[in-house]
Amino acid sequence: MGKTLAEKVWDEHVVRSTEGEPDLLYIDLHLIHEVTSPQAFDGLRLAGRTVRRPDLTLATEDHNVPTVDWDKPIADPVSRTQVETLRRNAEEFGVRLHSLGDVEQGIVHVVGPQLGLTQPGMTIVCGDSHTSTHGAFGAIAFGIGTSEVEHVLATQTLPQARPKTMAVTVNGSLPEGVTAKDLVLTLIAHTGTGGGQGYIVEYRGQAIRELSMEGRMTVCNMSIEWGAKAGLIAPDQTTFDYIEGRPEAPQGEQWDAAVAHWRTLVTDDDAVFDEEIVLDASTMTPFVTWGTNPGQGVPLGASVPSPEDFEDEQDRVAAEKALAYMGLEAGTPLREVKVDTVFIGSCTNGRIEDLRTAAAVIKGRTVDPDTRLLVVPGSVRVRLQAEQEGLDVVFKDAGAEWRGAGCSMCLGMNPDTLEPGERSASTSNRNFEGRQGKGGRTHLVSVPVAAATAVRGTLSSPADLEPVASQGGN
Amino acid sequence: MEKFTSHTGVGVPLRRSNVDTDQIIPAVYLKRVTRTGFEDGLFAAWRGDDAFVLNQPAYAQGSVLVAGPDFGTGSSREHAVWALQDYGFKVVVSSRFADIFRGNSGKAGLVAAQVDEKVVQALWDHLEANPGAEITVDLEARTVRAGEGAEAIEDSFDIDDYTRWRLLEGLDDIGITLGHADDIAAYESGRPAWKPVTQRA
Ligand code: SF4
Repeated sequence: MGKTLAEKVWDEHVVRSTEGEPDLLYIDLHLIHEVTSPQAFDGLRLAGRTVRRPDLTLATEDHNVPTVDWDKPIADPVSRTQVETLRRNAEEFGVRLHSLGDVEQGIVHVVGPQLGLTQPGMTIVCGDSHTSTHGAFGAIAFGIGTSEVEHVLATQTLPQARPKTMAVTVNGSLPEGVTAKDLVLTLIAHTGTGGGQGYIVEYRGQAIRELSMEGRMTVCNMSIEWGAKAGLIAPDQTTFDYIEGRPEAPQGEQWDAAVAHWRTLVTDDDAVFDEEIVLDASTMTPFVTWGTNPGQGVPLGASVPSPEDFEDEQDRVAAEKALAYMGLEAGTPLREVKVDTVFIGSCTNGRIEDLRTAAAVIKGRTVDPDTRLLVVPGSVRVRLQAEQEGLDVVFKDAGAEWRGAGCSMCLGMNPDTLEPGERSASTSNRNFEGRQGKGGRTHLVSVPVAAATAVRGTLSSPADLEPVASQGGN
Repeated sequence: MEKFTSHTGVGVPLRRSNVDTDQIIPAVYLKRVTRTGFEDGLFAAWRGDDAFVLNQPAYAQGSVLVAGPDFGTGSSREHAVWALQDYGFKVVVSSRFADIFRGNSGKAGLVAAQVDEKVVQALWDHLEANPGAEITVDLEARTVRAGEGAEAIEDSFDIDDYTRWRLLEGLDDIGITLGHADDIAAYESGRPAWKPVTQRA
């Protein structure tokens, strides 16, 4: 019997396998940031241990850093301590770090692919659940806790029980204006937040093949939101083209050897998945969440559901609580929901392609006077590229705030937060209670929906916008 | 890590499903660089509400949390486990745990006991009818027990064999793995040359 892609990558990394114990898995790349690493480095110090492979480790500052005045010392003393602790640890243990102000600084899941460090067939871990993003390249990539961070630092391995495999096959093509984000939000609404639990998921089918690397990263990024251990996509020419020529990509003969191997990283025809889900992309539409977990979503054209719509008792109670928290009436068309803040950014949708898409919608228009639009590039490289293309001018002319790189309002750890009761449309990945600030209400949306919402002030898609005056033919 | 064999303590009924990590401890409480002191952030958004279960004196000393399905979904923050431990919890009972949360619990020494949904329901009912009632979680026998006589609840719980063994023995994972240093070195010698590195010698 053949193997699935996930099984191939897994098997290539088994250091040791014993009946009744988890496999000991070798880790090709360990990414680190300031929030989940201090206690791990402390543990090493206490035990007198070192970092086994600093050359397979990369650190960046992202979760906690300000997106304004980044050239000044961090104002919040506690945040500053955390960032300074990372700097001290990186120095002491010889880990490469991209600090605030460095041209390679940014959200860890944007930086890895951008540097060309994320490659097919790798095992990649980070003390952050959205490490699943890197699966877009055909890598097994997953989030770990701080004890595991310490374990990887000390041993470059992790004991891991072999997960089951699942295929999510998305047939057909996405209609015009419907994005990878809509695809994955539709999937999560279909499966629920626990639907992927215990599985490594391979996304496949025509609609997945047709996605850009950015789109594939968006899909894999949100694997964790339906509980999957990891999500991955078989590498193909799109993948190779994205990697080639990046700073840490293999070169010359090494490149040829690498690509020859990467081409073998596909699921064999006779391989069997433990589970399979099939979706049709051609029927998908812009999708938004109304509740407080990423599975509580509906098409933008729909109305806020009523708790009675749910057969399952748990779902009904959850819906009631979510509607109360979100301050929403059942039956309200989502297009009528007024939004205070629009956040475009995060490791889900903070890449250059996302900013281009947003700018194309915003160009020649202005942000609704009662709405605030925050555009936060995923990395300094993304920011510089956007500025080179003049996208920052488009955003600023429309009345948006153009920020520095970081996680920002995705998790509200730095000063970019919602006020209690404030409502956001956000291109990030979590709409949990209080995620973007205590009492804040989050609707997860795609980039085009975020941009159109900023213009109209209510949840909208670009199709709802008046034509831009200069194109209006007067 | 301390050995864990059995624990008896006050049960806390948290009648909610999908208690995600942002609920367990919001991001603003994650800025500490130490390993302890996270109890202040535990369930921070709910602690201000007098009706919240931990604000009721009978449950305040709780050490066994009983929660609905999909407990610990969301972020990888081990701080969620630490916050529960720092508050005094030794065990979380739920009908389904998020993978990363379960993994983190096992590493940090918090027992994540997975039971059938109807056991959660029975425990909730029992704890609400008898505020301050205790639950016994026996890792050796893999059972949860509460109540007495006709009302007694006893059922088995799931936890993977390896994690159970480590918890019973109080073993540190890193120490175990370092015992296999030869295997790791052998594996490393066979890695292809084109695999990326973050810094060159
Ligand atoms: S952008 Fe959000 S989801 Fe992504 S790494 Fe940062 S905090 Fe986590």
